[in-house]
Amino acid sequence: MSVFEPDIVAFVCNWCSYGGADSAGGLKLAYPANVRLVRVMCSGRIDPEHVATAFREGADGVMVMGCHPGDCHYRNGNHKALRRFRLFERMLVQMGIEAERFALEWVAAGEGKKFQEVTTAMTERVRLLGPLAIHGNVSPKEVTHG
Amino acid sequence: MAKVKVAIYWCSSCGGCDEAIVDMGTRILALRELVDFVFWPCAMDPKYSDVEAMQDGGIDLCLINGAIRTSEQETMARLLRRKSKLLVALGSCACSGGIPALANLKSLPGILERCYLKNPTVVNPEGTLPQLESHTADGYPMELPALYETVLQLDDVIEVDYYLPGCSPSGDMIATALMSILEGKLPPKGSVLLPDIALCASCRRNATKPVQLTIKEFKRLIHVQADPDQCFLNQGILCMGPATRDGCGAPCIEGNMPCTGCMGPVGGKDQGVRMLSAVGGILEGVSEEEVSTALDGIADPAGTFYRYSMSSSLLGSRREGNQAPKEGAP
Amino acid sequence: MSIAPMPRKISIDPITRLEGHGKIEIFLDEAGEVDKAYLQLPDLRGFEKFVEGRPAEELPQIVSRVCGVCPGAQHMASTKALDALFQVEPTVTARLIREVYYNLHVFEDHLLHFWFLGGPDFFVGPGAPKEARNLLGMVDKVGVETGRRVIETRKRARDLIEVIAGRAVHPVLGLPGGVSKRMTPAIRDDLRAYAKEAIELALFSLEAFDRLVWQVPEYRELFLGDVYRCESYYMGMVDAQGRSDLYDGKVRVVDQQGREVDLFEPADYAKVIAEHVEPWTYVKFPYLRKIGWKGLTDGPESGMYRVAPSARLNVSRAMSTPLAQRAREVYEKAFGGTTVHSVLANHWARLIEVLNCAERVQELVEHEAFLSPEIRNMNLNTPKEGVGIVEAPRGTLIHHYTSDASGIITSANMIVASMANVAAMSMNIQSAAKAFIHGGKADDELLNRVEMAFRTYDPCLSCATHNLPGKMPLQIDLHRKGQASRSLLRSGDGTMSEIQTPSQGA
Repeated sequence: MSVFEPDIVAFVCNWCSYGGADSAGGLKLAYPANVRLVRVMCSGRIDPEHVATAFREGADGVMVMGCHPGDCHYRNGNHKALRRFRLFERMLVQMGIEAERFALEWVAAGEGKKFQEVTTAMTERVRLLGPLAIHGNVSPKEVTHG
Repeated sequence: MAKVKVAIYWCSSCGGCDEAIVDMGTRILALRELVDFVFWPCAMDPKYSDVEAMQDGGIDLCLINGAIRTSEQETMARLLRRKSKLLVALGSCACSGGIPALANLKSLPGILERCYLKNPTVVNPEGTLPQLESHTADGYPMELPALYETVLQLDDVIEVDYYLPGCSPSGDMIATALMSILEGKLPPKGSVLLPDIALCASCRRNATKPVQLTIKEFKRLIHVQADPDQCFLNQGILCMGPATRDGCGAPCIEGNMPCTGCMGPVGGKDQGVRMLSAVGGILEGVSEEEVSTALDGIADPAGTFYRYSMSSSLLGSRREGNQAPKEGAP
Repeated sequence: MSIAPMPRKISIDPITRLEGHGKIEIFLDEAGEVDKAYLQLPDLRGFEKFVEGRPAEELPQIVSRVCGVCPGAQHMASTKALDALFQVEPTVTARLIREVYYNLHVFEDHLLHFWFLGGPDFFVGPGAPKEARNLLGMVDKVGVETGRRVIETRKRARDLIEVIAGRAVHPVLGLPGGVSKRMTPAIRDDLRAYAKEAIELALFSLEAFDRLVWQVPEYRELFLGDVYRCESYYMGMVDAQGRSDLYDGKVRVVDQQGREVDLFEPADYAKVIAEHVEPWTYVKFPYLRKIGWKGLTDGPESGMYRVAPSARLNVSRAMSTPLAQRAREVYEKAFGGTTVHSVLANHWARLIEVLNCAERVQELVEHEAFLSPEIRNMNLNTPKEGVGIVEAPRGTLIHHYTSDASGIITSANMIVASMANVAAMSMNIQSAAKAFIHGGKADDELLNRVEMAFRTYDPCLSCATHNLPGKMPLQIDLHRKGQASRSLLRSGDGTMSEIQTPSQGA
């Protein structure tokens, strides 16, 4: 019996969280291959539409990672991300998608270890939830997972 | 000159779009010179058998409103697609699911339980439920169409040529669109029959919106009385204007109520995520706590942002899966 | 030579010139005589369930989508339910604005029905060609000038509705304890001028009814005869003086002789009304709890009750305005009594109400508080539960909500006017079918006469089928990543089976 391998998409900001991924690499801290990175200049650049599309196109989990509040390279891009995605999380649950399938994380350039931790934790959380199947009827039940 | 044959049909609908057509007022009398209404159950007597007897493509223009909720509605949509040269999705339900698509946030067993078993006035000790096939008390066989688990929009089941959103589009909007069609002045197939501009463009309160709009928190209308002249968002009252297509002239704003988004999305197909993005851009908070308090004023994100467009939502609408090939698709 | 077998069933599908979806099934015996006929409602949406989780103050706009022809009625019942939910009394001004709006709405909705939907059966004639039995045929019959006048005057009512409530189809007006928009002197002037015009059109419509319908012996016979007759209980709202009131009051129920059997406050509706379920239609059948459900039959032993114009006249003692009261007296004399069982009488009673509404608008706008800025009572209490009742154009309309302490709706029950008439409609469709269909033959005219039995009720079948039943055949598509999709079908009897489908892939 094969183990379910979730597909996780992580949008990472160029200055901090991508740096964090880089650090992880440099320190030889492996992070799950399930996590595919999409590098953007700032977490404030990420539109909820991108995240929704990722889910729609087959991601079982999605992450958005940015600089710690106060440290954004563009001053307040991550504040916008915070507002958008805290609202997004509330809506996601109403739409029948488990809250654990989305994570907003602050990871600094030097935080290789944190990068490894959050991506691993995310992968394992989503593995337990199983694959995401988006249906027209978005109520949480009626969908059985493998 | 031969009159244009027009059919008007409703699927899971409230009849508001048909009302709006009647709201064209005396223009209907003028239209009579150009148009033959060959099928319009709300106002005229031709039956389904009359449609079946028409030749394919015999209807010049078909307007369909309402969402797709039952097998009968899908069957009729397919039938009318075959019989029609041009087909327009009229109103929010046909365009994007409309209010009926809010049912997609609920499960069918929950709905059945509430309506037939749990409601305080229902007396139903045997737990009787409507059936696809059943008998009356006198033993006569009866059939009901099947209910779909998901409320669909019209282009989920047939190829749609044009879209005219709104809940409902006004008589003026419909008259304008009809005249364009009758005069052959049409944009490329698949277009919405209105420009891709947000409601704010025609809202008379737009001038009161500061260049840099920021708000501390959202307030529900039960807690605050709206200033009749100021931009709603500037007052901290959620208004769907920025994520909603213009064309209606903002009548709700004139009624001193914020826009709820019935004209559907602007600039894309998913109205909800666009509004989410807009909201995120104008809130002030920087700490988790500030943001959380501010967002508490939006009591129902899904039901607010997708009120009329749940069937178009990226996060849930039946795009893949087992579907019969669309009628009219190349 | 082969003889065609006698048809055993005739279907009228869909029924037309009404609001909503419906189908009539007529079952015949071996001699081609009608045995039974049923009115079936094949659509439903589920409002009672999907309003759960929505903020209470959004409900008036959401539930107005139960019906696009009477959205004002749904909106107003919902707004009143919110008043009760938040235990807040609307301001005097708010109430005036609501009532002016509401009377305008019933005025134009009733006119739509008389001139465009039900009336053509008489002006144009039940046997006129199918293509002529509609508003365009009406214009041909009464003349373009009259046709224009009707269309334009009605349209002006809707324009005024837009001024007060933002929009005609799906208004934006009601808030708990108030309304959203203040009135101005200019609006009042327009309303004053319009009210005069409205009263004139109402009187004209009554006169047209008399001339084109009542004075035609063949039609009058239909009104007074046995085919279109139903001796049910009657329900409607009345004010403190027992006069018909569309906006507020207590709900009264009378029996076949006009004697009161119930007079209840909105909050007590569930003690009086119950609903019955049948497997062959999506609509539920409201009935009087204390009498009980006895099937599609009338009389004192059956809990069936009727609502809407003639029922409202049956339960009330008088109209609240002078011209309408005079018109009512003519009506009662014509039918020989104050409790009228003629089903077609709805067409006439409707016009008396049109006049009443026009006169009410005229009265209400003169009130000194009409222009006041006090349009909202902001002293809302912690919400819990509330019932709001209005008389929709088609009858008594009840909205009942519960919510959590923050005002998010937790449950909803809606008893919609036309539901109460569906049983009677079905009954009268049957009596009409029996009277007109013989030897298995039914041409377009005869079938239209069968449809006239429901059309007089001006039914709103979208309203009737707001709810959503279950145990319907369900197709469940299961998509599992990397595996073939599975489709399961749960049929009406509950059994599950698998549908073979091609793999959808990852």
